[in-house]
Amino acid sequence: MIHDFTYLQPGSVKEALAMLAEHKDECKIICGGQSLLIVMRQGLVQTDYLMDIKRLNELNYIKYEKKDGLKIGATTTHRAIEKSDVVAKNYPILVDMEHKLASIQVRNWGTIGGNLAHADAAGDPAPVLIALDASVKVGSAKGERTLPLEEFYTDLFETAMEPGEMILEVQVPTPAPKTATMYQKFNLLESDQGIVAVAVTITMEGDACKAARIILGNAGSTPVRAKKAEAVLVGKKPTDALFEKAGEAAAEECEPVGDIHASEEYRRHLIKVLTRRMAKAAFEQAKG
Amino acid sequence: MEKKLLRFSVNEVPYEIYINPKTLLVEAIRDHVGLTGTKRGCETVSCGVCTVMVNGMAVKGCSILAMQVDGMSVTTVEGLEKNGKLDPIQTAFLDEGAFQCGFCTSGMLMMAKAFLNETPKPKDEMEIRRGMEGNLCRCTGYNSIIRSIAAVASGKYREDK
Repeated sequence: MIHDFTYLQPGSVKEALAMLAEHKDECKIICGGQSLLIVMRQGLVQTDYLMDIKRLNELNYIKYEKKDGLKIGATTTHRAIEKSDVVAKNYPILVDMEHKLASIQVRNWGTIGGNLAHADAAGDPAPVLIALDASVKVGSAKGERTLPLEEFYTDLFETAMEPGEMILEVQVPTPAPKTATMYQKFNLLESDQGIVAVAVTITMEGDACKAARIILGNAGSTPVRAKKAEAVLVGKKPTDALFEKAGEAAAEECEPVGDIHASEEYRRHLIKVLTRRMAKAAFEQAKG
Repeated sequence: MEKKLLRFSVNEVPYEIYINPKTLLVEAIRDHVGLTGTKRGCETVSCGVCTVMVNGMAVKGCSILAMQVDGMSVTTVEGLEKNGKLDPIQTAFLDEGAFQCGFCTSGMLMMAKAFLNETPKPKDEMEIRRGMEGNLCRCTGYNSIIRSIAAVASGKYREDK
């Protein structure tokens, strides 16, 4: 049973930010609502004001320039990203990730901004975007700021946004040469959220791994950056033994919680295996 | 709570209704417009029985506020039949016996229709199965449903004018 709320329909981003400044904590934002309406119906979220930004077409765009990289507006749907030629050409891993996110119906209505703001540690886009070194631009009536997506998540369903702020844009830089990102989630149905998920970016220089980003999904209360696992790879010539070591490090430094789907122990095992596989796959692609 | 005016069309018939803004699209269709072909199932965006088309796009009516489709055109299972003639996908479901209890059928039909509109020539059965991933049938009648969609895609029900 959804509790009654006052429905706000801003006609522009400026108006939306003014409404947020006025109502702050008493106001929730709905975009596609594919996650929010479920928790509202379960009574887990109640709000006095619900501000609907689904129709803010100002924030519905995908732009790409080689110099600045990719910019995706907050109200862009998953389906638009999945079907974007420019994303497919420059960030194929994003298309692959979106293709396996829930169902066509959900991707048709759900949005990238809503997904990231919901801050579900099992969400698909965040680990991949963090592996791609993405940032989010957030805005309030006072102005805008951009922060790395890596620093955006503070706890389960919590973000670094202040009351009065909302996501405006996701920014993904152009990857360095000889760089590849791979992502895999482990689940029973391909479209489900991952029991765990691993995204790995590898940048090669000569024979050695120049840089690595390893992000674990659903292995803690936020997406986890496995820095010890990255350190295992950086500066070294990748080998199967090294990938194995990186997997072991990742399994150790995450904090998964056991639940009905898998025990903590099993999750750590999966993290180890997927990190090893994704690091190897990213390496194979990056070396060209 | 202030009621809001929602203007939208359902199966090409315009409606103006006053609703509590928390009304879900599936509720607006069933309880306000009075078309009950669209079902309510899991209500957690999982099962797909509430699938309808909004501006030609398949969506789950249980997880959309009705106010969000203001000014848009909604198609429900009742809108598939045109001038007393079933849509090819409906005929195919009948021919293949793609039913057991029937509860998932309206959602399956709407998703199948939207999928075929977007993908008239699926490259293989797997593409059809992936397209129908958001719809559950707990009688496990999937094969007959997939066969129905493949039959329409193959042109079996095309009318020669």
